[in-house]
Amino acid sequence: MLEALDIFTQANFWAATLRIATPLIFGVLGALLCERAGVLNLGIEGIFVAGAMSGWLAVYLGLPLWGGVAVAAFTGALFGLIHGVLTVPLGLSQHVTGIGVTLLATSVAYFGYRVAFPNVATPPRIEPFAPLDLPLLGDLPFIGPILGQQTAFTVFAFLCVGVVAVVLARTPLGLALRAVGDNPEAVEAQGLSVVALRIGAVMAGSALMALGGAFLTLSAFNAFYFGMINGRGWVCIALTVFASWRPGKALLGALLFGALDAYQLRIQTIAGGVVPSQIFLMLPYIVSIAALVLVARRADYPRALMKPYFKGQR
Amino acid sequence: MHPDPRPLVLSLSGITKRFGPLTANDHIDLDIRAGEIVALLGENGAGKTTLMSILFGHYVADEGAIHIADEAGRLAPLPGGSAEAALAAGIGMVHQHFALAENLTGFENIVLGTQSLWSFGLGRREARAKIARLVAESGLAVDLDVPVARLSVGEQQRIEILKALYRDVRVLILDEPTAVLTPQEADGLVATVRKLAAKGLAVIFISHKLHEVLALCERVAVLRGGAKVADRPTAGADRATLAELMVGRAIPQRERPPSTPGAPVLSLKEVSVGNPGQRDRLENASLDVRAGELVGIAGVSGNGQGALAGLVAGLAAARAGEVTLDGQRLTSADPAGRVTAHVGRIPEDRHRDGTIGALSVAENYVLESIGDPENQCGGFIRRGDIRVRAAEMIRAYDVRCPGPDAAIRALSGGNMQKVVLARALEGEPRLVLAHQPTRGLDIGATTDVHRRLIAARARGAAVLLISEDLDELFVLSDRIAVVHAGHLSPAMEAASLDVRTVGLMMAGHTAGEAA
Repeated sequence: MLEALDIFTQANFWAATLRIATPLIFGVLGALLCERAGVLNLGIEGIFVAGAMSGWLAVYLGLPLWGGVAVAAFTGALFGLIHGVLTVPLGLSQHVTGIGVTLLATSVAYFGYRVAFPNVATPPRIEPFAPLDLPLLGDLPFIGPILGQQTAFTVFAFLCVGVVAVVLARTPLGLALRAVGDNPEAVEAQGLSVVALRIGAVMAGSALMALGGAFLTLSAFNAFYFGMINGRGWVCIALTVFASWRPGKALLGALLFGALDAYQLRIQTIAGGVVPSQIFLMLPYIVSIAALVLVARRADYPRALMKPYFKGQR
Repeated sequence: MHPDPRPLVLSLSGITKRFGPLTANDHIDLDIRAGEIVALLGENGAGKTTLMSILFGHYVADEGAIHIADEAGRLAPLPGGSAEAALAAGIGMVHQHFALAENLTGFENIVLGTQSLWSFGLGRREARAKIARLVAESGLAVDLDVPVARLSVGEQQRIEILKALYRDVRVLILDEPTAVLTPQEADGLVATVRKLAAKGLAVIFISHKLHEVLALCERVAVLRGGAKVADRPTAGADRATLAELMVGRAIPQRERPPSTPGAPVLSLKEVSVGNPGQRDRLENASLDVRAGELVGIAGVSGNGQGALAGLVAGLAAARAGEVTLDGQRLTSADPAGRVTAHVGRIPEDRHRDGTIGALSVAENYVLESIGDPENQCGGFIRRGDIRVRAAEMIRAYDVRCPGPDAAIRALSGGNMQKVVLARALEGEPRLVLAHQPTRGLDIGATTDVHRRLIAARARGAAVLLISEDLDELFVLSDRIAVVHAGHLSPAMEAASLDVRTVGLMMAGHTAGEAA
């Protein structure tokens, strides 16, 4: 029993929590941006895959690591553009289009990988982001080892949380974004373009989602595998509701999920003999569902979420 | 006539807009001067909305031109089809359905779209100062720092007007601004509009309420069938002449013959509906509606009307208290039971609750009686018989539609309501529940609904009328009760009440304070 609690005192556990949470932070921020503007983006799972693949491929072909990050973001924005054009001016079903984008992005990524590497036994590797070498912080007890295991990519994720929070709360752009997800007529009546705002938000959100994928191939691992996204995108969709569409709570939710996942990996080795490991694998998801049941019943969905807007039609 | 010395701010000339075979606007001319308050009157479909949409850039006119004064007072043509250009030229519009983002605060709604999207920060200090000045000038006091969703409808409307003023409008269009307000709030609005006009703002006031038009506006333009049929000063006009201009024929006065009420048909004794947390609930409500009597329920919508209507219609059950219908106790929510108990129900939202849009007129007509032997035989619908009876109904109620097989969603609101009315009244119900039966209908259709309700009362039915329109309540009701925040006042003789008293009670005063 004590061993189970002991996990929380290990720097390793907290380091893993941050590492697991990072792609989720990007994903939730991306989903939140899209949904705040009124568009559900179920393309997230596929955009994760496309971001992981394109970012990694760019670095493999010789670009610097941050160049790979940029390529991933660009890829995400491109799929966001597809989703945005289909759902905003054309007003197609956001569910169906989103699933379509996920299938398309996943397949294109896998296809591209197969074309580039037809006959490899082991996946080709790159040199990923190195752990941070922190001059003063690194020497702190407990905190030092936790931070020392992180990469600049994780720091970037935390920066993004701040940027998105400030933009949403304190700039005219954020104001327009929040308004367009609540009442597009209000935005139109003030002379702003609903279509431009929504497509812009979906593209920016999708770029962030793709960064979540790129973190896996450029920082957490050093290669691209099939099936490596493994539902992380869908988790982000649920975490967005959990976060009530707020960047700060999104960070909290991602960290919580990361901690649960890190915990279940460790408790498996302790109690694995007695309890089947699948039970522990389920743990983060069960807790997520339970948290959603508690939180989402009172969730304050953006009022115009999933409602297409056509100009001049009331 | 002296020429008006005030400068022209807006001039529409020869505005024409066609939608296929329909001419929505037919060569309309309209001039408005600074400081003038002009009413735009017309029935639904007369072309008011189209004209305003053209002015505001939502539609492009097929013919004609709009000229608007620039800051120096020179008239310049307004490019069509651009809301941005209309805003920049100083045209502001307060829609009947507010264009507010409810998750934002009033302040944020006002400044939305007034700064470059790529600028940083919200320029709060200058914006605040300007808004404070506007509030002081107009008297539109409202809390600007809570999400708009938490404000009352009247407060939201103030935000809407401030939003327009913040953009330095020279022409302000108010679309049915008083439809959602209590009489006192409406008085406040009228005072504000006068103040603004005195400072040189030109106001276009769109309304159905003729007495407001007469009280507020100096000139009235009347549209009928897409064309302007009158443009005259309000001085010397009265309600009857304006109504006649709108409809094109004299409006028959609604007559309410005296009737002697019988025994109570619907009786509520200390009934509570809904959770205490809800606003739309009832607490300890008592009410009798007697045979041959029409009882009106006044109140700003959302104060308990929904709970009352749900209770009577069988959609909700009472949490406490006793409800009886013709002496039978009603204990559970049982909509089908209400049908068999002969309750005719006219729901508030005919699109959502009153009809099924995809079904035909005939099918909607028999929805409540589809199980009767005359409508089905062994589980199969008697299509032929239903169609014949629906065709009879269409004649009797003068429903304008292609025929019994037309999908009901293709009908106009007034014609749809006639079908709902026919269904509710066909079995000669003991009790008629009419919840906002004339909302959104024009004068012709409204008169028709009123006639039918009076006829049901004359036949000996008990009629419960829930309405926000005080004129309607005073014309039709024998007794009136007021509901506010879930509390239902005792029903009082309509003849002993006046609009002011009822207005105060709608705002939460008791009958004693109000009198």
